[in-house]
Amino acid sequence: MEVAVWRGDETGGRYETFDVPAQDNQTILDVVTWIQQNSDATLTYRFACRVGMCGSCAMMVNGTPRWTCRTHVRKVLKGNRLQVAPLQNLPVIKDLAADMDPFFDKWVRVGGRHEPGKTRHDQIEAIPPDTPDRENADAGIECINCSVCYAACDTVRGNPDYLGPAALQRAWTIVNDEKHAGRQQILNTVAASDGCFNCHSMGNCTVHCPNGLDPMNAIAGLKRAVTKNRFKRGG
Amino acid sequence: MMLDVRLYLAQRISAMIMAPLVFIHLGMMVYAIQGGLSAAEILGRTQGSVFWMLFYGLFVAAASLHAAIGLRVIVHETLRLRGMALRALTWGLFAVFFVMGARAVMAVTMI
Repeated sequence: MEVAVWRGDETGGRYETFDVPAQDNQTILDVVTWIQQNSDATLTYRFACRVGMCGSCAMMVNGTPRWTCRTHVRKVLKGNRLQVAPLQNLPVIKDLAADMDPFFDKWVRVGGRHEPGKTRHDQIEAIPPDTPDRENADAGIECINCSVCYAACDTVRGNPDYLGPAALQRAWTIVNDEKHAGRQQILNTVAASDGCFNCHSMGNCTVHCPNGLDPMNAIAGLKRAVTKNRFKRGG
Repeated sequence: MMLDVRLYLAQRISAMIMAPLVFIHLGMMVYAIQGGLSAAEILGRTQGSVFWMLFYGLFVAAASLHAAIGLRVIVHETLRLRGMALRALTWGLFAVFFVMGARAVMAVTMI
C-alpha cells in the first residue's frame, strides 16, 4: 500500500510517500514503525504501550484523529492509500510527533489535581458507587490523555485559548468527586472566558474518543453546574 | 476572552424572553391581517400604546443583546478578534441594533 507520511517541523513540511507491505493484521502504528525500521530511520513518531492505555500514539489518519496502536489498517484504508500526519490543533515537534504541551497545560490550568479536604484523623466519606455524582466521575476517569478529542475539536481550532474537551471533562470528573476540596475553584475556572461556555456541542470529541467517553456531555454537565452555582451564590 | 458565564446567561435569558414574544408577534400578525390591513390601521392601534411600546421595546433590547453576543462568538472564532477590539465590537453591534430597533419602536408607538 501507499502511505503518505507528513515530514517536517514547526517551520513547515510536506508529505513523503512510502511503499509498505500489507499484512492481514496490521495497525497504523505497525505501518509507521515499519517505515522507521525499513525505509527511513529518521522518521520521528511517539508511542509507548501499544495497547491503547498510554495515550501517546495518536495521529491524524486520513484526516481523522485516531489512536494508531488500536486502529487497524483495513478499517481505514482508502483505495490502497493511507495518509498519516501529526495531531492537528497542536504545534509540531518533528514529523508525526505533535507538541502536547498546550494540551497538558490546559489540563493543569483547569485544576484537575486532587485536593484533599480532610486530615488523617477524620472519618473517610462513604461514597456509594451507584450515586449519580460517582457515576459521572467514573465515566470521565477512563480518559488516557491521548488528545484525540482536542485534535477533533473545531472550537479549539477557532479559539486556541479554549480549554478543550479533555481538560473540561477532567474538571467535570473532579467536580463530581465528593472527596475533592477545591470544587468551587474548578467551577470558577471553567465559568471564565475560554471555559465550558465556548463549547458549541458539535460533538466531535464524543464521536472520536477512542475510549468511548462523552466529553460533550461532561461539558454540558459543567454548564448546568456552573449556572446553578451562579444562582445559588447570588448572581 | 470569549464567552464567560455572564455572557452565556445573558444570551440564554434573552432567548427565553424572545421565545414567547416571537409567538405573540407572529400570532398577532396573523390575527390582525384577517380581512386586510393598511399602514394607517396598524399605526392607529400602535401609536400611543404603552403596551406595544414596552412589548417591542423589550423585544428589541433582548434581540440586540442576543445577536451581539452571537456575532461576538462568530467573529472571535472566524477572524480571531480578541481583547478590547472584541469587546468594542460587541458593544458597538449592540448599540447599532438597539438604536435601529428603538427608532422603529418609537416610530410606530409615539404619537
